[in-house]
Amino acid sequence: MELPTRKLVHTFGALADLGQQITDSSNVSEMVLTSLHLLLGALGIRRGAVAEFASAEGLLKFVAVRGLSEEFPGTLQVSAEARAALLATGLTAVAIDKLNQERPELQELLKPCSSLSGAPGLQLCVPMVVRSELVGVVFLGEKATDEPISTEDCEVISSMIRHIGVGIHTHRLLEQVEQRAEENRRLYEDLRAIYRDTVRAFAAAIDIKDKYTQGHSERVGKYSEIIAREMGWGEEEVEGIAIAGYLHDVGKLVVERDIINAPYRIDAKQSTELNRHPAAGYEILSPINHPYADIPLMAKYHHERLDGRGYPDGLTGDQIPLGAKIVAVADSFDAMTTDRPYRTRRNLEQVIVDFRKNTGTQFEAEVIIAFCRALLKEIKGEARTRPLMKMLGKNYIDAEKIIPLLSELISELDLQESSAAAGTS
Amino acid sequence: MGELSSIQVRSRCVGTTAVVYASDYLNKLSGDRIERECKRQLDLGCRTLVIDFRDTELVNSIGVSILLGVIDVAEKSGARVIFSDVNSQTVQLFEMLGLTRHVALARDEQEALSSLIEQGTLTQVTGH
Repeated sequence: MELPTRKLVHTFGALADLGQQITDSSNVSEMVLTSLHLLLGALGIRRGAVAEFASAEGLLKFVAVRGLSEEFPGTLQVSAEARAALLATGLTAVAIDKLNQERPELQELLKPCSSLSGAPGLQLCVPMVVRSELVGVVFLGEKATDEPISTEDCEVISSMIRHIGVGIHTHRLLEQVEQRAEENRRLYEDLRAIYRDTVRAFAAAIDIKDKYTQGHSERVGKYSEIIAREMGWGEEEVEGIAIAGYLHDVGKLVVERDIINAPYRIDAKQSTELNRHPAAGYEILSPINHPYADIPLMAKYHHERLDGRGYPDGLTGDQIPLGAKIVAVADSFDAMTTDRPYRTRRNLEQVIVDFRKNTGTQFEAEVIIAFCRALLKEIKGEARTRPLMKMLGKNYIDAEKIIPLLSELISELDLQESSAAAGTS
Repeated sequence: MGELSSIQVRSRCVGTTAVVYASDYLNKLSGDRIERECKRQLDLGCRTLVIDFRDTELVNSIGVSILLGVIDVAEKSGARVIFSDVNSQTVQLFEMLGLTRHVALARDEQEALSSLIEQGTLTQVTGH
């Protein structure tokens, strides 16, 4: 093979490797160092360096250096004039020993590169300019053949440096995109935190209106969250159901305080007034763009029953959203396990009896199963934390009595569910 | 003498000469290892580096750059470099890019070591 052909083949190989390196590498420092190797190896140049331009600091920072002494500076300060001169030079190679005549603005900038002790100086500098932006500068030393760098060599150099510049520029853009995405993610998290805090404040405001059920909304939120997690819902959905629990009684804000706080069983008229609260809650929550799905619907339908005897719309079975069925169980459980003005709270055995009696007519079986399972795990000490027991109080649960009752109810409902599933398949 | 080091790249010391064996394809990964091993040998006081290319079929641009780096470090340490058992295609490449102006070529490792004995640089040679 003739020498020019051999050179051409070798240069093409280096260019192909460079393209692959720039495309494949996710580590910009590694990419720049390998690119410098390819550039030096393509033409047999003994030493060189690549500096990235840090625009904000006005510095050229060396990111890859080969064959230069340790005295070689890590950074070079770039004046406004030098920056303009580098931009104007573009991808053209400038001979460092001819700076006086060709680019006097760069003389001061490149002085440290041409007067190194203990190593031959650099011969060429080539600015990396991509889309009119100064990305960096490549410095090159002498060829191993001791021949001068030819015009053809300069063309190869410019072409390879253009590739390297584009590679660095692309990496920078990707970094910026990643940085912005991270900022957006943090902002979004902040917004969600603000939203959650606002919701909790709102829940507290709802509960203050009802002096007998303080903390009710917060507890319903927590019970709903526990049930949904036990049912295998994803974290996002679990957060959503907790919010729905916090806000389920927001409609009570429009109900007269006297009715809410009546220290006796309310009459039919008052009951009709009170029963407005799910629909009123829906009206309040609908205009808000919640970060979770179906919050207004869960508030609206948390008093619906499977048998159609609930309100406001008398929905049945699958017409009721599952989230609303969860909030319904959480709401009823808290109502039964807290003191009311007209009665004291029920014990857990009675609550379980109520669950058994009303599952299938008022409550959804899979929701009751999940709640009982979560409670059983806590009582048996199988759960990592015990939020239910904490909310109910340590003396409220008689483990010896409750464990068999819960186990029995779970088995019973599981069996019913399996039979129902077999019947429909 | 006759010491073999195989942590990353195969090498052995013969007096103040280190023989470093290049791999089948001299690229970034294997080149880095060779460069590190050569620097280690120079730091240990080695005066001649013999890089043996008997297993090397191909040297790409990265390999050339790394070898230029080895030559540079060796020159700064006052050590000399010999390339042995280089295939004809790679010899042409090294000649074209000027590497052969800075290193001696030997037919094989034995010839490289023998030439050092003739020059009085090496007094005793053992096979590997």
